[in-house]
Amino acid sequence: MEALTQLVMQASEFSADEAKSISAAASAGLAYGLAAIGPGIGIGFLVGKSVEAMARQPEAAGLVRTTMFLGIAFTEALALIGFVVFILLKFA
Amino acid sequence: MLGLEFPPINAILRWKDIFPTFNKIGLIAVLAALIGLTIFYLASRQDNSKAPRGVRNFAESIIEFIQNGVIMQTIGKQGLGWTPFLMSLFIFIYLTNLPGIIPILQMPATARLAIPLALSLLVWVTFIGTGIKHQGIGYFAHLLWPPGIPVFLKPLVGLIEFISTIFVTPFSLTVRLMANLMAGHILLVTFGLLSEALFFAETSRAFLVPMGILPLIMLIGVTAFEVLVGFLQAYIFTILAAVYISNSLAGHGEEH
Repeated sequence: MEALTQLVMQASEFSADEAKSISAAASAGLAYGLAAIGPGIGIGFLVGKSVEAMARQPEAAGLVRTTMFLGIAFTEALALIGFVVFILLKFA
Repeated sequence: MLGLEFPPINAILRWKDIFPTFNKIGLIAVLAALIGLTIFYLASRQDNSKAPRGVRNFAESIIEFIQNGVIMQTIGKQGLGWTPFLMSLFIFIYLTNLPGIIPILQMPATARLAIPLALSLLVWVTFIGTGIKHQGIGYFAHLLWPPGIPVFLKPLVGLIEFISTIFVTPFSLTVRLMANLMAGHILLVTFGLLSEALFFAETSRAFLVPMGILPLIMLIGVTAFEVLVGFLQAYIFTILAAVYISNSLAGHGEEH
């Protein structure tokens, strides 16, 4: 973020504070966007497979659903850490 | 720069003029504890020889949900003694999540670090204590080296398991609960501000003003979504606590 601030200040006529908030917003968006890719793919895959399993064996649906929620919770944590980084960059 | 002026992130909590140390988070936490206690106290006062009605019905349905939906799926039959602990966790988290969508309160108490951190440290202490109680000091060996790994991998696996159990578990429990609720809260604030800014815009382009209905519709949708998220996060926290506890209980790792 510091390097980006320097770059914005060199390339334009923004003051130091403005350059800092611009680079904060840009890097926050980048951080969250990148963090959302993997978990998005992961949760899609996970839920898709779970639906497949439930359709094949409806009697095991309860167990599959519990395990699916567990998997979602673990996968989603990555995206949420990305979101926390977003908050830290944006509001800090 | 963005055209929308966000309030500072703690604006809704600042009660310094009235109380120096007690704020909305504290109020919601106290209220949640009191409401939970009241519901189950009233339910336990009812005559249990007759068919349950009113608040007792509600309490019994929650107990059944925790027993069938959480404990039987993770720990199994011998874990039914954990019902009070897990149910208190569930009720407390749900009641602290819910104010995020209740007008006037408008703040999920779990969207700040304190309550999720305290709860996950409680769960952490509980499952490690359970492990020591049920397996003695061998619990740590079992924790570091799952059975059946080759000797030359032991240092690496031990390090990874140590870090993931001792540090990552409470951290991820905390962050999962807090970030979910905070994300929902910020989403609500964003759409609320957007529709307010459009409805009260002083602009020459008059067609912008009725456009405020679009973020308002989205706001209603997000509110409905937040009801779901509040329930789901309470459920996930409870079920993860149950999974960690079931890993600590004495050698029954193979049967489920």
